[in-house]
Amino acid sequence: MPNFWTDPIGFLTQWLTALLIGWGVAPEVVNFSLSLLGAIVLPLMAMLFVIFLIWYERKLYGRMQDRLGPNRVGPWGIFQTFADMGKIFTKEVITPTGVDLVPYNLAPILAVGSVLMAWSVMPLSVNIVGVNLSVGLLLVIAAGGFGELGIMMAGWGSNNKYALLGGFRAVALLISYEIPMVIAMLIPAMLAGSLNLTEIVANQDVPFILMAPVAALIFFITQVAETARAPFDLTEAESEIVAGVNIEYSGLKFGMFYVGEFLHAFTASMLFATLFLGGYRGPFVEQFPLIGIVYLLIKTFFVYFFSILFRGGLPRFRIDQMLNLNWKILAPLSLAMVFITALVDKTAVQLIGGQLDSTMLLVVRTVLLLAVNGVVFWVVTRLMEINIKPARRVVSGARPVATPGVSQQSPEDPQVPQEPQVPGEVSA
Amino acid sequence: MAPLQIVFLILGLATIISAVMVVTARRIMHAALWLVLTLLGVAALFATLENGFFTAVQVVVYVGAIAILIIFAVMLTRRDLQDTPQQSNPNSGIVAVIALAVTGGLIYGLSTWQNFSASRSAMMTNAAAEGERIVDLGLALVSPDAFAIPFEVASVLLIGALIGAIYVASGQRE
Amino acid sequence: MLDHWLYIGLFFVVAMLLPGAAIFIASILAPKKPTPLKNSTYECGIETVGESRIQFRAQYYIFALVFLVFDVEAVFLFPWAAAYNQLTLFMVVEGLIFALILIGGLVYAWKKGALEWK
Repeated sequence: MPNFWTDPIGFLTQWLTALLIGWGVAPEVVNFSLSLLGAIVLPLMAMLFVIFLIWYERKLYGRMQDRLGPNRVGPWGIFQTFADMGKIFTKEVITPTGVDLVPYNLAPILAVGSVLMAWSVMPLSVNIVGVNLSVGLLLVIAAGGFGELGIMMAGWGSNNKYALLGGFRAVALLISYEIPMVIAMLIPAMLAGSLNLTEIVANQDVPFILMAPVAALIFFITQVAETARAPFDLTEAESEIVAGVNIEYSGLKFGMFYVGEFLHAFTASMLFATLFLGGYRGPFVEQFPLIGIVYLLIKTFFVYFFSILFRGGLPRFRIDQMLNLNWKILAPLSLAMVFITALVDKTAVQLIGGQLDSTMLLVVRTVLLLAVNGVVFWVVTRLMEINIKPARRVVSGARPVATPGVSQQSPEDPQVPQEPQVPGEVSA
Repeated sequence: MAPLQIVFLILGLATIISAVMVVTARRIMHAALWLVLTLLGVAALFATLENGFFTAVQVVVYVGAIAILIIFAVMLTRRDLQDTPQQSNPNSGIVAVIALAVTGGLIYGLSTWQNFSASRSAMMTNAAAEGERIVDLGLALVSPDAFAIPFEVASVLLIGALIGAIYVASGQRE
Repeated sequence: MLDHWLYIGLFFVVAMLLPGAAIFIASILAPKKPTPLKNSTYECGIETVGESRIQFRAQYYIFALVFLVFDVEAVFLFPWAAAYNQLTLFMVVEGLIFALILIGGLVYAWKKGALEWK
């Protein structure tokens, strides 16, 4: 009987199996019901965790905007989310006329369900994982594809021109940003030699962010875009096009989109921590796997903090700026990073691999890749500075200020403005 | 019947019914949704064959890209999304005969093929772990004595598709 | 191996049912008083003009197409990346040639203006 502290899931599985067989249940049914139990507990935990997450984000976002955030309902406002849930559950559900019922109702379910799918392969600790799938990385990408389908269905199911327009733009944005994301995900898979998320974590003796920082940056930026958070939230610009795809949704259906967005941001941060920061790794993880969950949460919240920082600090992009950024900068850069990482790493291993032992080799590879990444980053920033010209230019210089009371200017002064003062015109 | 057989029958039935609904749905958007369900059914069938890689690839490429492309294409060509196009055309009789002949021929050909049996073949029971099989696939794709040339030809095919589509699309825009 | 996919299938069903159950509960708890005004389509407070169809720009289709080609390319590169630790330099370069050919496609799309928004 494995010890609970060294192998929690194994211990629980054996205990439950013994219990159920003691009750006379057949072994296959026991297997099936244990799988079912695991499949129910994990999404439920994720959805309940969102309650805490929404409070955390609202507090932090408020602080970034120099205000307090929720602080009325309970100490530090920790019960605010419960109050919001109560409100949203009891809001009237208005279904507009002419909507196509199946896509309209399926879309919020898909928005949350697609994100929950990614939790099934996320390694929470040494032996604690939903399923140790050998193609876990591809499953996460597949889950993202489902989310796009959900937005498309929300767009046309709403029988509303603006929802449709918002849906098109949102899907065009999401599919564009999926390319650098998928290609940046190739690099941890390459360095670890597997598509299995638990193996990628197990192979991170050196966290991959040190071996591929530019790829980590690309992945982070594309994840912020994929979850449609600021500065990429043109499609649900809260103050502009009236929530885009979410126009015709009310009550809990809208709440599901909201929950889906926060959960997606958190899951994306967790994915970043798994792929690039070493996941659950840390001191004493083999002895006490439950500490691994704590390490993973710390790393995820660290990345999530940056995601909220982006949201609070950066102005929104226009859609052509976003698409230019993607197709002209991020996509070629991510492919270039795959080339460079593959070539440099392979040449290093082939040239000097035979002479060094494994730890020294790892250190040499890390330093070499870090240097190469630094060079690439510097080159790219220089190229961007040279090629991307600012779009604003000043048309006229500063004009002399008209002072009241002095209506007659000296006749030899040719600079007197005849029309009211306007600040120096700029053209966008 | 073994549980796997029951699962296969259910999945196969779901896929076939979805495929039939694709061609018989009245509204073209519903047909697109049934297509997504059909593709998911095929992905689940890959999973019953213990090939996780192709399950994931099927969902990523077909559901995540091709289904969206088809939906965009439908929206590009239909002025009104709610309209119900003509359901059949005058050739349906002869097409039904040809379809039945092809299906019958396939079933007959497969049933006389010696490797086609209800039990798991030796190849599958001796299969290595999935992770090693993906590594083997990767090695096979680039080894000069395996599939390196078809691999590069595939990229030429892809770029041909890309250039052709952009050429046609940009020609129509001006 | 099959147990894994059974778990994923169950997880998929549960992941779809959980929000569905929540929405069902909300539809029981929430009041339902439909009026014609509330049920009409939202258009910033004014009456809708014309049918619900919009001008679909071909630009969306081109983006989806370019995305499709690069998605397939990325899917081809995943086994190559998984086998990376056991490849020789020649094989690595072969994979890079594959990606390079498709970068040529991206450059063509760029020059042709297929990646512009307007």
